[in-house]
Order: sequence, then structure tokens, then C-alpha cells
Amino acid sequence: MAHKKVGDVILDVKNISLRFGGVKALTDISFNVKEHEIRSIIGPNGAGKSSMLNCINGVYKPSEGSITFRGQTFSHMSSRQVAEMGVARTFQNLALFKGMSVIDNLMTGRNLHIRSNLLLQALRLGPAQREEEAHREKVEHIIDFLEIQAYRKTPVGQLPYGLQKRVDLGRALAMEPQVLLLDEPMAGMNVEEKQDMCRFILDVNDEFGTTIVLIEHDMGVVMDISDRVVVLDYGKKIGDGAPDEVRNNEDVIRAYLGTSH
Amino acid sequence: MRTTFPRLLQQHAARRPNAPAMREKEYGIWQTTTWLQMAERVAHIAGGLHQLGLQRGEHLIIVGANRPSLYATMLATQTLGAIPVALYQDAAAPECVFPINNAEVRFAVVEDQEQVDKMLEIREQCPQLAHILFDDPRGLRNYDEPGLAGLAEIEAAGAIFAREHPDFVQEEIVKCQPDDVAAMFFTSGTTGNPKGVVHTHFTLLNRAEVGARFDRLDSREEVLAYLPPAWIGQNIFSYSQWLACGYVVNCPESSSTVTIDLKEIGPTYYFAPPRVFEGLLTSVMIRMEDAGAIKHKMFHHFMKIAERVGPALMDGKRVGLLDRLSYGMGKLLVYGPLRNTLGLSRVRVAYTAGEAIGPDLFRFYRSIGINLKQLYGSTETAVFVCLQPDHEARADTVGVPCEGVEIKLSDSGEILVKSPGLLKEYYKNEKATREVLSDDGWYHTSDAGFIDASGHLKIIDRVKDVGRIQGGEHDGAMFAPKYVENKLKFFSHIKEVVAFGDGRDRVCVMINIDFDAVGNWAERRNLPYAGYTDLAQKPQVYELIRECVEKVNSDLSRDELLAGSQISRFLVLHKELDADDGELTRTNKVRRGFIGEKYAVLLDSLYAGKPEQYIETQVKFEDGRTGKVSATLRLMDAKTFASVKQAA
Repeated sequence: MAHKKVGDVILDVKNISLRFGGVKALTDISFNVKEHEIRSIIGPNGAGKSSMLNCINGVYKPSEGSITFRGQTFSHMSSRQVAEMGVARTFQNLALFKGMSVIDNLMTGRNLHIRSNLLLQALRLGPAQREEEAHREKVEHIIDFLEIQAYRKTPVGQLPYGLQKRVDLGRALAMEPQVLLLDEPMAGMNVEEKQDMCRFILDVNDEFGTTIVLIEHDMGVVMDISDRVVVLDYGKKIGDGAPDEVRNNEDVIRAYLGTSH
Repeated sequence: MRTTFPRLLQQHAARRPNAPAMREKEYGIWQTTTWLQMAERVAHIAGGLHQLGLQRGEHLIIVGANRPSLYATMLATQTLGAIPVALYQDAAAPECVFPINNAEVRFAVVEDQEQVDKMLEIREQCPQLAHILFDDPRGLRNYDEPGLAGLAEIEAAGAIFAREHPDFVQEEIVKCQPDDVAAMFFTSGTTGNPKGVVHTHFTLLNRAEVGARFDRLDSREEVLAYLPPAWIGQNIFSYSQWLACGYVVNCPESSSTVTIDLKEIGPTYYFAPPRVFEGLLTSVMIRMEDAGAIKHKMFHHFMKIAERVGPALMDGKRVGLLDRLSYGMGKLLVYGPLRNTLGLSRVRVAYTAGEAIGPDLFRFYRSIGINLKQLYGSTETAVFVCLQPDHEARADTVGVPCEGVEIKLSDSGEILVKSPGLLKEYYKNEKATREVLSDDGWYHTSDAGFIDASGHLKIIDRVKDVGRIQGGEHDGAMFAPKYVENKLKFFSHIKEVVAFGDGRDRVCVMINIDFDAVGNWAERRNLPYAGYTDLAQKPQVYELIRECVEKVNSDLSRDELLAGSQISRFLVLHKELDADDGELTRTNKVRRGFIGEKYAVLLDSLYAGKPEQYIETQVKFEDGRTGKVSATLRLMDAKTFASVKQAA
């Protein structure tokens, strides 16, 4: 991969702790994400990766600490407000509308950008019609980008899992986000599908300059595409840095391979 | 009419500037390029390529799917008197080295990042490859390689050049003569290096026009370009005849949307190798099996009528009133909607070639009112040698010699052809040229066949593949492997077959099941399987295949010539034969010799009469990595029949 421009810090996570009753999901986690980079959060099962993402996403409210996005702190924002600020996400266990076509699913991603009101839309009046066409054009570019032209009108529930994941990514892209949070985009995929997904993630990053925060437990994949990696274990940060640094970090090796105590 | 491709383009642009020349589906909408726009694009690209230093007589390779910009590049190259050479877009990088070095190629125009990567990978082996131009810039933003540029940039530079030199293109076009080389096609070749087949403007356009006249094609035809442009058939149907007739060529959105695009375009002139027709039919049959009881019943009822009445109607024979009425009903309820689903509603002329087509398959399409016909030809003959006239289409022949063609048989039964469309030569390979082109102008097709009583050509096999059984009860009998393989492949459950028997005492075959068809068959029987390898070794599947083999044997036993080619033993292979593993050619033909060597263990066990054999095979994945597949294969006996002639 060639030289790309990694910018300033866009997302700054400071001293985040998250507790569910007596269970400590996250303890004092700090890291930052720079503009245009691919930042991964890795860790064994139950390390707190998804919880971390849910904090950034505004789904969970951290018990302590703050998250700053472009200078604005949003530890107390709703997920809609976070989305309006330009943060989109995909889900580990897909949350698509299974009965709806690929196009309709992607169009829901345009929801935040739709300006005309419900009545105009329901009656398909002039301005609403024109607006819909403009949104459809955006969606068509995403379809082209993700190479899912053959499935435009297929109900999402009928698609194979790997393609559903791609549609999920497409819906997030339809929001035209500045930061994209991907929750295990490669989970449950075969080698070929994983490779395709990697290429799409790199292409999104490259073409749109989207900053990407990625959760994954497949180390191989992560090391290949990330600029920097955060490693969590039992809710604590045990490593942070470039893939090579992390790979050679004693704590990380121990967490992944286990040691005899 | 003696002309050239660039002159034809000019004529269309002058006579019908606003008529559509090409369409391409992009962002969900069919985008049209008119003849005038096409001519302008071509002039601009030509200007750009000229500025980069493309010389008259030089070769330029084009690698990519059917895209208007790549076709425009082909025309621009010819405008400058250079020679476009399309390479198969799915060829692995090392396969491109020979053609590029053989033709001393300095220019490559490719579709996208995938192809650019391929070119960069082999750049060290092809040091003269100075310019790599790409159509789709996606993913290439950060590439920093000398000579790498977007086609759009070249076109823009060429547009400025064209404004400054308004007469340039015209002057270049005038220089180009009909007998100049127009294109080169590398034949896949089952052995050794590929050979570059050199064609002139005249050879290609002469055949294109003959074909067009034969079927009365005109500028109103709609064609879908979906096969690889490197294949001469694709060149004829969506380039040579496109310019000769001035019809509309439609480029699909992507290779996975072809069936959808086919339905949207509704081509009037359609070409597909048998395997595409087979794939279409299989998908229909599978959907029909899953349909509701009423639909299911209606389909089968009317298909029976179609089978009886349809072919007769197509052949222009007399049909009784009652049959006509039932067929009319069927057309309304089944055939019409079916043709629409297949995207073949408007087809006036459809051709299949390249491989033998199964009689059932052939009859199916004709019975629902699709004018499916066969033709005979090859890269060396610019396709058209024989064509089937409208009312004389048959599954087992390839038609009558078309305009300008003479055919005779050599002593060994080889078909010899004389035609204005014959290749000029094999590029830089005089020895090979002399082997196929005799001094008195006959081209040796290396196909064995004969002309039947009605004047139709019938092909049996490749001359070099026709062998003899040695020893055993059929000692000395003729063995035509492809004939046997095709008979088996006509069963929907069988995808590929490799037959062995030359110089042996009996015939044994290796079989690839059709994973979709057999998979579906297994599901309907509640037969669980884990994947291809597992399914292939199920005893039930072996029984299914054995029935097919025995049906073929009973059929062969009735053939005087080929009764000795009956199959005595078979096995189902544990992996699908794949071009990436060298087992098939890029055009999906089996490489019998290679397979025989690669699976020598299996072959020996077949002939030794063993009941099973363990094998481990290396496979290449699409990403270039390798893995291993291993299995213990069953080897099974099949019943053979006494030759009917002997019995009588």
C-alpha cells in the first residue's frame, strides 16, 4: 500500500470505563483515531470490543471518561446525534430489513439526508420525487462500488451471508459518514469473502477518505489492513500501536496464545 | 465490399450520427453512446495513443470485459494502423507473458485495478511494456508506476490534439487498407504456447457480412456482448458484425448481472456456447421443480405438446389444426412467459457453437419457439464456415457451407476448408502456418467429419484424438473420445467428462458431476452432503451416474462405427476440473492428456479393475494460494451391450 495522508486526531477516547452493575466491561481505556486511518480494536472473545464500539456509537453511556469527536464531546449524546455528526456503523449480527430489497435497505441509510416531509414523500410530489432520485443516484454509486448490481431487487433475507454483510456496509456508506465503525465485518465468512471484504474496506478508506474503526478477532486480516491497532483483554488496554509493534508485544501474545500460570 | 473497420465507423457516424451504437448499463441505467459520439471518442483516443507513440503495425493488448471504452480503443488502434490484440481477462498473469513478448507489445489498455496488477506483476518479464492505460481508476489512485495512466487522461489529451490537428484521423484512416492486418487472436492451445492468429480487415469483414446476409441481419438488431472479447466469436458478434451491420451492442453491468441484463435488453441476435444454454435450462428446471403443483403440472403438460409440435413448426412443416391450437395455448401460458424469463422473447436468430449441443437441449429451445441454430468455424476461419439455414436446424450437424466456402475431406477424414475468411498466418510461426495452410489455399481444420446426405457437415471429433481400441473384444474399433464425452455431458447431472481408450483394450471415463443439478437432486432426496467432494462420492450419486453411462452405452451399441467406444468403467472425480489448475483450457475444454498424467494413479486403477483408490490433489484458489484436496474415490463398472449389428 502506498503513502496515504493520515490527518489529525478526529476521535479521542479518554479514560473510558463501563460497568454493568458489578461487572466491569471496560476499565480506563484511552486511545485516539486519526483522520483517514484504519484503526482496529482487537482482542479475544469478551474482551470488550463491541462494548467499546457501542460507547463510541452512543448506544452505551460510559460510567467514566469522555469521547471527543472533532472537538465535540459526546459522552451524553443519543445514537441519532452521533449519526448526525457523521459516524456510521455496521453490526456484528446484521440488523438489516430482511424482507426489503437491497435498494430499499440502502435507501434507509439515506434517511438522515432526506429533507422533504412525510406527506410530500407519501404523495410522491415533485420535490420529493426529485430528492428521491438524487438519493437513488448516491445509492447506485454504492451498489456499483460494492459490486452488488445483480442483487438490487433481491430481498436481503435471500442473500448469502457474505453479501448481507456487504449490504450492511453499503447502508452505512449511504450515510456518507466521516467515521465508519465496523463490528466484526469478517465474522463467519469464508476466505474468499474475507478477502473481498478487506478490499472493500481498503477501497472505502482510499476512495472516500473515510476513517475506519474496525473490530475483528481474525488477527491475520487486521494486521494486513490496519494502520494502528488497539488490543483489549478483559476490558483493559494491553497494547496500542502499529501492527508490527503489537504483534511483538508480550502481553498481546500472552492474551492470544495463553501462557501457563 | 472491401473496406476497413475505421471507415465503417466513419460511415455510420456520417449517415446515422444520432442512432445508438452501444449501450452500457451503469448506475442502474442503460447509458447510450451514439455513432457520432463513438466516432469522436475513437478519434480522441487515437490522438492520445499517437501522442504516446503508438506506431503503425505495432500491437496493443486489450484486457478487460465488454466495455464501450475498450471497443473504442480497439477502433482507435486500428485507426492508427496498429493491431489490437484482446487477451482473456481471466487469464493468470504468467499466461499473458507469452503473447506480450511474442508480439513485442509496448501498450496495454486494461479495464481495472485487477488487470493493472496483473500487468505490473509481469512487467519484469516484459521490459518493453512501457504504457499501461486503465479504464476504471478505482483503487489506483495511489499507484505510482512509470507509464501508468488513465485512459480518460489519454482521451482528454487526444481531444486537444484532435482540435489542433483536425485532419489527422482522416489521413490515418485513408492509409489503412483492407488487406492490412486488423487484429490478432491468441488461440488457447491445448498444448504448447498459444499461437497468434492474424486476420486482416478483409478476412474478418468478409465473414461478418456473409453471416449477416445469411440471416438478413440489419441495423435494427440488438446484441448483448457478454463473452470474453479475446474470443473471435465475440469479436465477430459484437465488433465485426456490429460495424458491418450498424446494430446496437449492449454491454452488461457486470458479469454477474448478465441474466438480468439479457432480460432487460431482449436481444434479437444471440450467441452462446452450449454450456450457457444448458445453464439457463438447468436454472429453469430447478425453479420449476420448486414451483407449486398447478404451475408444475401446466409446465409439463405444455412442454410435452411443445416437444411434439414445436420443432415441426420451426422447421416449417405442416401441423394439424388441433396441435396448432394447443401450441397456441401453450405459447400464451408457458412458452411466452418462459422465453421472457430467459430474456429470449425477441430473439430472431440464436446460434450455438464451439462444442456439440445435446439433442434434448437443442430441441427444448426450438420447441418453445427460439430459432436456435448451429454453426461451424474456428479462430482460423474467422468463424463462419458452415451455418444452418432457418428451417434445417439439427442437433447433430453444423449446417451447410456458407457463401464463399469450399469444403473437402482429406484421406484421413480431416475437413479441409477454403474461404475468403482464412487467417493470414500464425504470427511469427511459419512452421505452424505451413502445417495448417497448404500451398493451394486449403486450411486443415484438424476436425474429423463428413458431409451427410442432405449436404450438412457432421463433426465426429478432432482428427488427432480419434483413436483405436487395442486388444479386448473390440480390438481395432474406432474410439472418438469427444463423441463419448459429449454424449455423457448431455445429461444435466454431468458437467465434464474425460474419456480414455486410445491404445487400450476398453474405454474408461472420469466424470465431474454438475454441482448445482446433483446438489438439488440430493436435497430433494434428503441426502445430506458437505460439499462437492463429499457429494461426488455418495453411493446414490454413483448409481445416478451409472444409469447415465449405461444409457450412453446402449446408444453407442447401436452405432456401427462407435460400438467399441462403450464405457466399461468410470469414476466421479473428487474436485471440479478447473482452468486455474490447468485441467481445462480458458475456453473450458478438457485437456485430456494433462488430466491423464495428473491423475495417472486413478487411470491405472481404473484399468487394473480396483474398486477404490486414494488420491491427494493440489488445487489453486482464486487468490493464487494453493491447498490440498484428498479423497478415496470409488471406481465402478458399467454394463456394456453387444453391438446391435452383431446381435442381429
